[in-house]
Amino acid sequence: MTTETVQINPTIIKAFVHSTKNVLSTMANTQCTIGKPYLKEKNTSHYDVSGIVGFTGEIIGSVVISFTSEMAIKLVEQFTGENYTADSDYFADAVGELSNMIAGNAKSEFGLTAGISIPSVIIGTNHSVARMSDVPCVVIPCETPYGKMAVEVNVKCVG
Amino acid sequence: MKFLLVDDSRTMRNIWKKVVSSIAGTEVFEAGDGLEGLKQITENGPFDVMLVDWNMPNMDGLTMVTKVRETDKKSIIIMCTTEAEKPRIIEAIKAGVNNYVVKPFTPDTLLTKIDDTLKKAGVGQPA
Repeated sequence: MTTETVQINPTIIKAFVHSTKNVLSTMANTQCTIGKPYLKEKNTSHYDVSGIVGFTGEIIGSVVISFTSEMAIKLVEQFTGENYTADSDYFADAVGELSNMIAGNAKSEFGLTAGISIPSVIIGTNHSVARMSDVPCVVIPCETPYGKMAVEVNVKCVG
Repeated sequence: MKFLLVDDSRTMRNIWKKVVSSIAGTEVFEAGDGLEGLKQITENGPFDVMLVDWNMPNMDGLTMVTKVRETDKKSIIIMCTTEAEKPRIIEAIKAGVNNYVVKPFTPDTLLTKIDDTLKKAGVGQPA
């Protein structure tokens, strides 16, 4: 990918920063510190638990919310009030719903007509998520009292 | 008061269930998508209040609300969704929802929204 082809819409990145902070704070009573966004080069996920939501309409692509297992377990406990293990269906459901809310909440700030997919959740070490190769994947690193997570944004505007 | 909670996320249904169970005298039913929601209405309805998510597999919440309103103008329907854009909210209101709450929201926000909607509809909560 050449530098000329890299187009990052700051409105979209800011929307994901706002939505991540809002969802974690409102639903899990958890504050997060946002690090400096950077471009991701590999398809391998950052951490062991990934919530994936696709976008359709005037914006296409996907966002992957990637958590360390330990962090996700604690976050889900804060969210649900229950202590689920990572192999529980309820754990995956809760991670999917948090991812859904982060994507949906960000979408409302895009100022575009767009839809979101039903979330998917992948759990496992070193899993990969295929992405659109013609647009950059921007990683928004997040730090919480329970550990690290990353919001990986791979979208482009087509509207 | 009979509640129907329709969301494909069991987590959200559990959270909503805790919230509505704090209202005295409630009976709670659940559905994982719009189709299941319609089935619950056929088998266990009518419901006083329905909380309905928008984005669900098989049948989305907007379609379900539209179908419910073909025959039921009385039940209170509150759309609970991440869809926060104004055109979406207008679409839901046109389909017949009584109120709309955007995720994420706290349990207190949901409870207030239910209470406000019941009052607006002239329905008192049982003591």
